[in-house]
Amino acid sequence: MGIAERPLPLVEIRELSKVYQRGREAVEVLHHVDLAIPDGDFLALMGPSGSGKSTLLNLIAGLDSPTDGSLRVAGRRIDRMSSGELARWRAAHVGFVFQFYNLLPALSAQKNVELPLLLTHLPAARRRRNALIALELVGILDRASHKPAQLSGGQQQRVAIARAIVSDPTLLVCDEPTGDLDRHSAEEVLTLLQRLNRDYGKTMIMVTHDPKAAEFARRTLHLDKGTLVEQVA
Amino acid sequence: MKYLPLLVAALLRRKARTLLTMLSVTAAFALFGMLDAVRVAFEAPESLIGIDRLIVASRFSIIQPLPLGYLSRIQSVAGVKAITYANWFGGVYQDPKNFFPNFAVDADTYLAMYPELVLPPAERKAFLDTRTGAIVGQALAEQFGWKIGDKIPLQATIFPRKDGSNAWTFDLVGIYGVSDPALRGLERQMLFRWDYFDEGRDPRYRPGTVGWYAVRIDDPTHASRVAGAIDRQFANSADETKTQSERDFQRSFAKQVGDIGLIVTGIMGAVFFTLLLMTGNAMSQSIRERIPELAVLKTIGFSDLAVVGLVLAESGALLVLGGVAGMALAWSTLPAVRDLSAGQLDVTMQPQSWELGLCLIFLIALAVGLPPALKAKRISIVDALAGH
Repeated sequence: MGIAERPLPLVEIRELSKVYQRGREAVEVLHHVDLAIPDGDFLALMGPSGSGKSTLLNLIAGLDSPTDGSLRVAGRRIDRMSSGELARWRAAHVGFVFQFYNLLPALSAQKNVELPLLLTHLPAARRRRNALIALELVGILDRASHKPAQLSGGQQQRVAIARAIVSDPTLLVCDEPTGDLDRHSAEEVLTLLQRLNRDYGKTMIMVTHDPKAAEFARRTLHLDKGTLVEQVA
Repeated sequence: MKYLPLLVAALLRRKARTLLTMLSVTAAFALFGMLDAVRVAFEAPESLIGIDRLIVASRFSIIQPLPLGYLSRIQSVAGVKAITYANWFGGVYQDPKNFFPNFAVDADTYLAMYPELVLPPAERKAFLDTRTGAIVGQALAEQFGWKIGDKIPLQATIFPRKDGSNAWTFDLVGIYGVSDPALRGLERQMLFRWDYFDEGRDPRYRPGTVGWYAVRIDDPTHASRVAGAIDRQFANSADETKTQSERDFQRSFAKQVGDIGLIVTGIMGAVFFTLLLMTGNAMSQSIRERIPELAVLKTIGFSDLAVVGLVLAESGALLVLGGVAGMALAWSTLPAVRDLSAGQLDVTMQPQSWELGLCLIFLIALAVGLPPALKAKRISIVDALAGH
């Protein structure tokens, strides 16, 4: 395939920097990062604590704004968006999976999964149906009416994944999705993520400390002191 | 409506706290409803429309007596059909906390003026024949276990006897009921003979004077004209009069305590200030605990405005549910208060109280909800998710 025919990457990062102000001190967390993530990729970001991997993930997901550089997702410059535009963009294009699941404790699994759909114009019956489909996809339909406290960690993370995919986002970002799970549950969750990538073509970026978790990704990038240092095929 | 599950979830997250906060709102607005009804009752414009009984009292003060000599002059006013007089005594039975209204009355004419006080003929005759006689309402007799033939000692708080003592003793000769259950409040008073009182009181306390006159007029449509005619008779005299309806007279009586509106406003100010602090604290605590959850909502695309709206809706729901319940409680309780006052204190929830209550609900919800809502708006997703 010639260069002219090559499709544009889904995520295109150029000279991306992020500086945090800690009191009077300016701390550069990301230093001129260049990165391209093609559509359908499953990328694992690894690195020691403080290396900037979560910061990079937050920037790609539109949760934070860069200090410098450009960040384009699906052709749109998200680094130039206002907070309101970013909120709308996240609702339409990004699904999130967190280490501690972050489900709303007072809502059932189904209602938790429905949350992103509240921001759409779908009628209640359709929202409910889509939520149940997502729960079925992650293999936890029989727990639809359970509250998070009635579910195991692995089950809660499956609900969180269902919530992340229910609105069919362009990009799935996962921040240490297995960090709070035992080995068996972690493997189940990672297998699920892998299946979503392979079978449904979901583009995924996953931050992890765990090399075994990273093995489930298509490729792994290492960050150290705010710089991409190594790329493993 | 689609955000309703989120609202319900937020309210039910800490059920006990929500319930207690809502109960405090309910209590505050029940108090508001009742006190505002009292304020409205006291501040309602005076009216003589449709009144067939009028009260003639001193123009300057309710405690200023009028000469007994006014009796025949009032009687001679065209339109006056009957007249009687009475005096507030203010005695206490055994202990100041045993308060009940007690009056010296002109026995014969008083009972004729107030046919709603139903007294058996034998007891009525005994009252007319016994100089030291007194009659009490059924409810009062039951409260103290009095029966006919008992001697009832009252300790005077205003009028000492000629010998300087404050001890007045009355013979209970009758126990009356009321013709209408709505007037049960009238059964909580004691009436005794004015002539006995007048002869027995210390000469320094103006014997030969009465607290007020009650007159019956020939036609309720003449009330304003007759009232004006009575007051004109005594214009520019040492004891000018003010003729008004019984209800307005009762209000004037109660206003001796002070400016009812100001008192009610003061109490309500304190209540709502406390409510503001309590509910505000509960809301702030609730939002503090839910910062990660609110951050998750923002993460998945809820705008700052939507989050502000959710928090305001939460405080609004607390205030509306609790406040309307409180107002409804006051509304359902007030008829009993009205009955206790024998209809003299017309305390019913007027539309203006509902309007004021709803405005307060809205304002307090805003005052309580806005600071945590703005805090929620300012949440940094990255910091909140990182647990900072």
